[in-house]
Amino acid sequence: MRMLRSFLAAVWDIPSGRIALLVLGVFAVLAMFGPWIAPFDPMVRNYGADGRLIRLSGPSAQHWLGTTLMGRDIASQLLYGARPAFLVGGMTAIGTVLIGLNIGLIAGYFGGRTDAILMRITDIFLGLPFLPFIIVVLAMSGRSIWTIIFAMTIVMWRSTARVIRAQVLSLREMPFVAAARTTGASDWAILFREIAPNVLPLALVSTAFALAWAIITEASIGFLGFGDPNVISWGSILYDAYASQVMYRAPWWVVPPGIAIMVLVSAVYFIGRAYEQVINPRLRTV
Amino acid sequence: MGRYILRRFFHMAITLFAMITLMFFLFRLLPGDPTATVISPALDAEAREAMRARFGLDRPLIEQYLVYLVNLAQFDFGLSFRTSRPVWEQIELRLVNTLLLILPSMIAAYMIGAFGGALLAWYRGGRVEGNVVLAATALQSAPVFWLGMLAILVFSIWLNWFPTGHIVTPGRFPDPSWRMYLTLDFLHHLALPFFVNTLYNLCFPLLLMRSTMLSTIGEDYVELARMKGLRESRVLYRHAMRNSLLPLATTMPMILGWSVAGSVVIETVFSWPGLGLLMIEGITRSDYPVVQAAFLLIAVLTILGTFVADLLYGLLDPRIVYR
Repeated sequence: MRMLRSFLAAVWDIPSGRIALLVLGVFAVLAMFGPWIAPFDPMVRNYGADGRLIRLSGPSAQHWLGTTLMGRDIASQLLYGARPAFLVGGMTAIGTVLIGLNIGLIAGYFGGRTDAILMRITDIFLGLPFLPFIIVVLAMSGRSIWTIIFAMTIVMWRSTARVIRAQVLSLREMPFVAAARTTGASDWAILFREIAPNVLPLALVSTAFALAWAIITEASIGFLGFGDPNVISWGSILYDAYASQVMYRAPWWVVPPGIAIMVLVSAVYFIGRAYEQVINPRLRTV
Repeated sequence: MGRYILRRFFHMAITLFAMITLMFFLFRLLPGDPTATVISPALDAEAREAMRARFGLDRPLIEQYLVYLVNLAQFDFGLSFRTSRPVWEQIELRLVNTLLLILPSMIAAYMIGAFGGALLAWYRGGRVEGNVVLAATALQSAPVFWLGMLAILVFSIWLNWFPTGHIVTPGRFPDPSWRMYLTLDFLHHLALPFFVNTLYNLCFPLLLMRSTMLSTIGEDYVELARMKGLRESRVLYRHAMRNSLLPLATTMPMILGWSVAGSVVIETVFSWPGLGLLMIEGITRSDYPVVQAAFLLIAVLTILGTFVADLLYGLLDPRIVYR
């Protein structure tokens, strides 16, 4: 918790970081309360006063962002879509960093055979093509939000593990580690009490980048038609628009979900980069 | 050095072997019967058995695995469930199509990214720099398929400059062959996906080059080069930029591998008949041998990318010690 507070304070001190945090906050509120704010049921087909389906109508006072081919309200779909983006992205980022952090710590600290074996395993996972692997898993074992999180975590921890390991390799030789060892601290105590706190900043940067990647990937999965069929996500809105073959007559259907993804992911990137500047001041622009 | 390459090569072989094994069992063990769609339940039991035997599915799993390995070593990916003909026939041109789209656009993205990033760092602190960084981050954050959809909307539908998809005008080459790459029609179809993919992929090298350059510019040797009275452009290109190329060069093959893997989406948007689209089509048709082969080739390209990255890293940075 203290770590998180100092993280937020550090990012807040950088102008671009502050704006990004505010944007992220707005999206978080939408993710939490979106379904209550949404003016319509996103799956309901809306009919006009004359009893005709309101299909592909442009933005209006009633339907802020227009309607889909099936007469569904796009603004409501967009508001519902914020939650899966956060849920899938957040869970994947946390899972990714937990696995990557531990593997990186253990491989880097113990070295030798442990390191060699763990790094070989990491290499094998690095060879897995990211999106195709997730798609194959989803195609074979069913399309649910949990399978998506699981498959994404499996292919994402590898980069975090490598980054953390490299950092641990240099920390291991630091005087404070030797000092801890002379006091008789065990390997595990040194690893988790002395070294882990020092790689946490790096782990937080990794979490931000993992979150950004996970949100984009979730959208891509949705767009390819492999998303959870019971969940409305920004990717699935774009899939519907693309599959309808009439998206070219309805830019209001295509543009908003992409903007939402772009703004949210940019915010996450800027937060990660702002924090990177804090832990590595050389990156600061003069 | 020779030993280093040999060791890396050995690692790559292990990774490849593990990948093949993993995929083989993943395809057999995940829920869902790959034979369900190809072998019609309407067939009587005897015909069904004959069909299973034809694809070798009646043998024990281990035997199937060994046969698969032996076949793979001879570039035999088995028979397609849909066409009952060798999978390789479908793969060959698809592989070329993917590479023709991805490789040139990655090279372009890296060239533009490297020079753009270097110039951004050189003239840092201005309004241009801030705006370009913001734009590059935004582009990088946008899903590439969405950029593709917007490009089709603007350049194909509204302006009518480019076709909306496919590799050549449909029907022009009923029998796809090498000749189609030599037509202007092909280039016309390539333009839009190439443009979108380049634009999307140049953000990463651009931002990376900028941040590497920012720290290089502070180094003593850059200062020294300036004090010697060298021209600005010479200091920029010969001293600062050259020394900032390392992270860019080492990440390139890995990014290339990711890009091949990510081509699934760009190929889907532009109906570009590459490996990624083949894989998706295979899944919708439950043609698992095709899916497996396409996936494997994408994985091989990814692994090759990482292998070259490791070698380059050793070659470019003399500080790396080979063990």
